[in-house]
Amino acid sequence: MNITKPFKRVILTEFFLPLTLLTIGIYHGLMQVIYRAGIIHQNSFAGLNYYQGLTLHGVINALVLTTFFAVAFGHVTISHYLKKEPPRLAYSSSLWLMLLGTVMDAYAMLTGKAQALYTFYAPLKDSPVFYIGTALLIIGSWVAFFGWIKTYIKWKKENPDTKMPLAILGTFVNFTIWVVCTVPAAYSTLILLTPWAAGWVERVNVPLTRMLFWMFGHALVYFWLLPAYIMYYTILPKLAGGKLYSENAGRLAFLLFLILSVPVGVHHQFSEPVFTPGTKLFMAILTFGVALPSFMTAFTIAASLEHAGRKKGARGWLGWMLHLPYFRSDNFLFGYLICGMILFIFGGLSGIVNASYSLNAMVHNTAWIPGHFHMTVAGPVFLSIIGMSLLLYGKLSGKPIQFKLLATIVPYMWLLGMVFFSHGLMAGGLMGEPRRTNLGMTYTNPDSPLFNQHWVPTTTSTLIGGIIMSVAALLYFISFFATAFGKKTQPAVLELPESEPLHPEKPVAILTNLKPWLAVMGVLILFAYIPALNSVFKYSVPVKGQYQIDSPVPENPKPAQKAKQTKSDQHTNAKDHAKAERSLSRVTNLVVLRAGSPTSLDEPLLSARLQDTF
Amino acid sequence: MNKYEARIILLAGSTLCIFLFALLYNAFSRKIDVPSCVPFNKSFEHPSLKQVDDKTYELYMVAQMWSFTPDEIKVPAGSTVDLYLSSKDVVHGFNIVDKAVNLMAVPGAINKTTLHFDKPGVYRIVCHEYCGVGHQNMLGKILVQ
Repeated sequence: MNITKPFKRVILTEFFLPLTLLTIGIYHGLMQVIYRAGIIHQNSFAGLNYYQGLTLHGVINALVLTTFFAVAFGHVTISHYLKKEPPRLAYSSSLWLMLLGTVMDAYAMLTGKAQALYTFYAPLKDSPVFYIGTALLIIGSWVAFFGWIKTYIKWKKENPDTKMPLAILGTFVNFTIWVVCTVPAAYSTLILLTPWAAGWVERVNVPLTRMLFWMFGHALVYFWLLPAYIMYYTILPKLAGGKLYSENAGRLAFLLFLILSVPVGVHHQFSEPVFTPGTKLFMAILTFGVALPSFMTAFTIAASLEHAGRKKGARGWLGWMLHLPYFRSDNFLFGYLICGMILFIFGGLSGIVNASYSLNAMVHNTAWIPGHFHMTVAGPVFLSIIGMSLLLYGKLSGKPIQFKLLATIVPYMWLLGMVFFSHGLMAGGLMGEPRRTNLGMTYTNPDSPLFNQHWVPTTTSTLIGGIIMSVAALLYFISFFATAFGKKTQPAVLELPESEPLHPEKPVAILTNLKPWLAVMGVLILFAYIPALNSVFKYSVPVKGQYQIDSPVPENPKPAQKAKQTKSDQHTNAKDHAKAERSLSRVTNLVVLRAGSPTSLDEPLLSARLQDTF
Repeated sequence: MNKYEARIILLAGSTLCIFLFALLYNAFSRKIDVPSCVPFNKSFEHPSLKQVDDKTYELYMVAQMWSFTPDEIKVPAGSTVDLYLSSKDVVHGFNIVDKAVNLMAVPGAINKTTLHFDKPGVYRIVCHEYCGVGHQNMLGKILVQ
């Protein structure tokens, strides 16, 4: 269908901007494998330190890129299937809010005012600019969704007897999960953390902020994943040359995601105090439940692909696997989707390990975890995002795709790189290699007393994989930017490949009505989180003190004392003293860190003791 | 929904039930469980190792930027240690390498678990939660003699 200019401009910006930022995200991904493998024994490289780079890598790749894409792909899906554009006010203001939020986040991260990673665990402090920026990015995506609801209601009035198309159901389920799960995140950032970071409130309940973060944080992964699932059900069978095996199975899978995505967050917190084993076990069981729709999807999509292969003359049990359109530049998107699916088999299975309650103690916060989630978020999610962005950018802008051959081999290279990358991380993790750690400074530095030789081969495998993936990303950027800066030669169109169902299926009443599912979702969230919240208040207390990443001495602005400061010299002196102590400790730490020796102000003898013990 | 679809749901569901049974069996019969809850109390924030009887200890471990206190503990082989873990400043991690003991130290809360040391050796404790620029230096040890 043809679309209006402003709508087209909004969608193209929503593809172009995050992919431009992604160059920074990928660069820092590469830097991390280099640091971790012990190639660089430094705190920072080219002006940005390891943890700043890790924050940029997480926020850009996992929050900015995914949110922008979900909104842009939602715009395309809605207008393709409903043959209507969403209201202009909604899509424009959505883009402006998300842009503003992204600019604020980028400013905070690049100037070093936000270095507490994308999980921003208090009492490490980020600037309020970062918390507000993240909230604006999220709220912007809500506004787009509200526009789609309006469009859908209008469409339903005109087509009362047509059932909701599967892709629309997927989009609506996804954004319902998103709105529900981002409420706790917004509460945590805006009501708890912003006043605390600004110094208006003295104490913060750390376990409460963590619980709220993970209530959001796990549903977030489904928000990343569902656009890929929509493509698997409604686009991949068509690209493979077949038909969708069962549409009702797709509907059931999406609805199961709706009820089970939010009340599972505590499975990220099995190793924490505060929650009772009962709460943890309940969420472990629900997490097993949310694995079910993924098993179903694996079956339905494999059946659809088998149908496509057999149509092309495949024989035997597995012959269909060889009769699919791999390495075809006129059908490059197929490669992105199939490579993502292959990775997701391993990403999903390792996820079941993580969800397994006491077994989680083997892997929690070790390198196994990034090994796992790079096969989900940097597997199906990332590959479907970049593949679909390239295809749609070409169609919507009317510019032919440049360097198609490069774009065609990217997903296969990425898959190969990921094999080395994730294997290294997961194997290291099982030997205790921690995630989120500048290993090159100590654990993989042969000159350090903390050196651990077991983590050298694993981080080297990760390095090899990371380099292959970075080269694949570079090839993709060449193709994408050459396309974006190319000349318009075709009329701009908005269209998506559409799979037909294999069999005509009777509509099942329970699968076409969202209301009972929304009610079950609400009940499960209450059942899961009321006991969790209860435990938080029973077993924990709010704490004082805000910490910058470079000093163990807290910054603690006390509103009451600030007011007295002018009256009392004593207070001024005390404050000055504290300030001097803080800056001294910071200087000491930085000097010491540059020298590469483990110590801190509180433990001046630690270094000597470590030398002694190893 | 055709018969293959129904079968695959049943098969996937049964597999998950087997996994769940394994977890419950380990939790209730073999006592392999997640850490338990202790209400917060300031007295847990004083680091110490107390001997209860010849093979039983109570360890009050405090994590802070960027060290564990006490950072070196000696216990005889065959001892049982009740560990109470807390944090003085930010969130820290506590992972005993090659031993399935994996805890978070969260300020304002107390984490509790029980450790058994049968084999003599040096057990390293690695902080595995990002806690600032010195995170990669944060290491403790347990010497089992």
